[in-house]
Amino acid sequence: MTINFTVNGEDRSVDVDPDTPLLWVLRDELKMTGTKFGCGIAQCGACTVHLDGMPRRSCVTPISMVDGSDVTTIEGVSGPEAEAVQAAWTAIDVPQCGYCQSGQIMSATALLQMVTNPTDEDIDNAMAGNICRCATYVRIRQAIHDAAKTLEG
Amino acid sequence: MNIQTSRRGFLTGLIVAVALPRLARAEGRAGYFNELPAGDSEWAPNAFIRVAPDNTVTVLIKHIEFGQGPYTGLTTLVAEEMDADWGQMRAAAAPADAEKYANLAFGMQGTGGSTAMANSFMQMRKAGAAARAMLVAAAAQKFGVSPDQITIEKGVLRAGDQSASFGELAEAAASQTAPEDPPVKDPADFRLIGTDLPKVDTKAKTDGQAQFSLDVYRDGMLTAVVAHPPKFGATVAGFDDSAATQVAGVRKVVQIPQGVAVLADNTFAALKGRAALKVDWDDSAAETRSSEQMVQEWTAAAQATGNSTKDWEIEASGDVDQALADGDVLEATYVFPYLAHTPMEPLDGVLELREGEAEVWMGSQMQTGDAAAVSQVLGIDNVRLHTMLAGGSFGRRAQQDSHFAAELAAVAKANGPGAVKLMWTREDDIKGGYYRPLTVHNMKGAIGADGKLTAWDHGIASQPIFIGTPFEPMLQGGPDFSAFEGASELRYATPNHRLRWSQMDSPVSTLWWRSVGHSHTGFAVECFIDELLEKAGQDPIEGRLALLGDDHPREKAVLQRAAEMAQMSGDYGYGVAVVKSFDTYVAQIAEVEDRGGVPHVRRVWCAVDCGIAVNPNVIRAQMEGGIGYGLSAVLYSEITLEEGGLIRQANWDGYPIMRIPQMPAVEVAIIPSAEPPTGVGEPGTPPIGPAVANAWRRMTGTALRRLPIIPVPVA
Repeated sequence: MTINFTVNGEDRSVDVDPDTPLLWVLRDELKMTGTKFGCGIAQCGACTVHLDGMPRRSCVTPISMVDGSDVTTIEGVSGPEAEAVQAAWTAIDVPQCGYCQSGQIMSATALLQMVTNPTDEDIDNAMAGNICRCATYVRIRQAIHDAAKTLEG
Repeated sequence: MNIQTSRRGFLTGLIVAVALPRLARAEGRAGYFNELPAGDSEWAPNAFIRVAPDNTVTVLIKHIEFGQGPYTGLTTLVAEEMDADWGQMRAAAAPADAEKYANLAFGMQGTGGSTAMANSFMQMRKAGAAARAMLVAAAAQKFGVSPDQITIEKGVLRAGDQSASFGELAEAAASQTAPEDPPVKDPADFRLIGTDLPKVDTKAKTDGQAQFSLDVYRDGMLTAVVAHPPKFGATVAGFDDSAATQVAGVRKVVQIPQGVAVLADNTFAALKGRAALKVDWDDSAAETRSSEQMVQEWTAAAQATGNSTKDWEIEASGDVDQALADGDVLEATYVFPYLAHTPMEPLDGVLELREGEAEVWMGSQMQTGDAAAVSQVLGIDNVRLHTMLAGGSFGRRAQQDSHFAAELAAVAKANGPGAVKLMWTREDDIKGGYYRPLTVHNMKGAIGADGKLTAWDHGIASQPIFIGTPFEPMLQGGPDFSAFEGASELRYATPNHRLRWSQMDSPVSTLWWRSVGHSHTGFAVECFIDELLEKAGQDPIEGRLALLGDDHPREKAVLQRAAEMAQMSGDYGYGVAVVKSFDTYVAQIAEVEDRGGVPHVRRVWCAVDCGIAVNPNVIRAQMEGGIGYGLSAVLYSEITLEEGGLIRQANWDGYPIMRIPQMPAVEVAIIPSAEPPTGVGEPGTPPIGPAVANAWRRMTGTALRRLPIIPVPVA
């Protein structure tokens, strides 16, 4: 089955089993490896992408649902929120192993696109779906607050 | 080749803010290479350093990077001795080569036991100092001055008004003689060591460019998953692949020693194929006991009333039985479950088989053993192993038996020439064994009203980690210290002391889990001493300080520092623990809230003494992470064998992991020290569990002696 969608603004067309999760289309077909596999059942958030602007676990999103949609991945995420998040992440060296951080950054960026000055509770709600086994949570929280401050100007 | 260059958290509960120190970032950002550049134009003063004409200095890192920081730390050591500019530094994984890149603590290439910095500290400084001496000699010739007139600052050599960069001098330096034993800097002259240099791998880990094993795609590569036995010790009796081979994209279904492998054009087809596969298992040699039954058997053995494979007397002094008979005895039994490590990136790797050679990409933590396993399975001497960044490990990738490399090679052998990726799913990971051993401690002790310990009798029952594996010869016939490290060499003085270990056996495979034996001995010892002190009416900190006496100044210093940091109020419970592990000393105080009958940890104050602090920011990060990792397990984690031997848990829904709302604020203090550096990857983990349990007991009166504290309800 042929599926047409965009990834990071570029037109893409794939002919795959329609049940194939978006995660494996991005990785195996398009060789875009920034989006990670962690659990396969939407428990960890390592595979988070933006689907039509909303954060989505690509490991449980069949490619058939993506037809006609716009997908944004860590390789292409852009705009003031993404830049502020990535700069804040870098400034305090948030990552340890780094494997979950694509998903963390996609979730954090989506949060700041929706809430300009998130409270701790907002952060807990938006980020609780993203596991970090290195437990970089203290720094993730700080980096989101830092990014929000940058965006305020 | 991909080059990466350029170069206060708030608590849930919305109340407390603790600022992380702002990093002083005058230096540029160094980077790393996903693959070591194969440049012929580079100058290689030794096995660890490459200087390119473009003025970059690449440090070959013999230790795997999975977040604990060796890429940054070891690169810092070289940059320090060369007087390089941080922005010109690059890290890259060293090839698998035990002759050049052995862990000096192991005698083979590998990472573990928090040894990366400790074993590399002088080696990497000497490598940097040798390169520096050759650059100075080259500059002296070029400038027409004597070497002692040369100065180096931020990668530029100067004499008078002449100057040259490392890159400009590389060719001339290559013809200089490498000094055999170059002098290294006096620590008073350190310019980079001791500062918060930005990590070399951060940028690539924020833009999706960092390459892990799962990200390796080779031309024509197939992807494989393996159906493993659902019970430990079971084997394949037969299988029916008629439905699996009908799945579009499935290329081959084949039995290997580890199970039945499904090879396909892509991951989804492989997973679908495995789901359609029917395997009959031979359970005749399988573990069929439940973990509950094991707990009972282990408990009896720890109490010296049950059976074991072998009982070892580890330590004995005085007359424990008499002292217990004379004293006011406290007895406690602590039960620790099997634990899976569940690194974010499950086990995976790629092997490309060509005529007479194999090339492997994996997050290898034991390069020497893993390459040998591939070589043995394939019958090929020429194995080239690339050590990839790994998405966490916590011990899981350091396998005594190199089981993953052997399985990858078995799949590749069944596949024939070409490339194949083997991926374990999260379910494979959680059900796949190599667990922190299920362990039971039985402790009896007595303490006088004066706070002096009169007796300490400690029995431990657990499976070994070394015994029965290729690592057993390292024990030289002795007991498996991984079972009781941290319980031996008890720091709390007592004249009557005994430590026994009952070796238990099971087909369930075991492995070191972040902090190994300390993950349970730290809990048992620190909870038991706290309870004894409470019974004697002693303060937990003053009582510990008194028992530590004069022989443990570094334990006392971290304890005192943590006590100074802690801001205690009457609204919450507070508990303390101090654990020395891997030659690093850590004390933690936890602030715990009773939230509907279960503990919620609000804040943790942590003091650490790890000798010279090479990168304080990395040390703080490892303490934060070690606390989170330890707390997650103590609160939530257990692997359960059902009656019959099946594993109850399958994925993170049944094996919960701490998430951001549960993470406490963490404040870290590093004790200034001139001692050689020791590791920080593991030592942050052991104290948090007992600190929380002690807080809870002092607050509620309930001692937490069986982990996890908040088990998942059985459906």
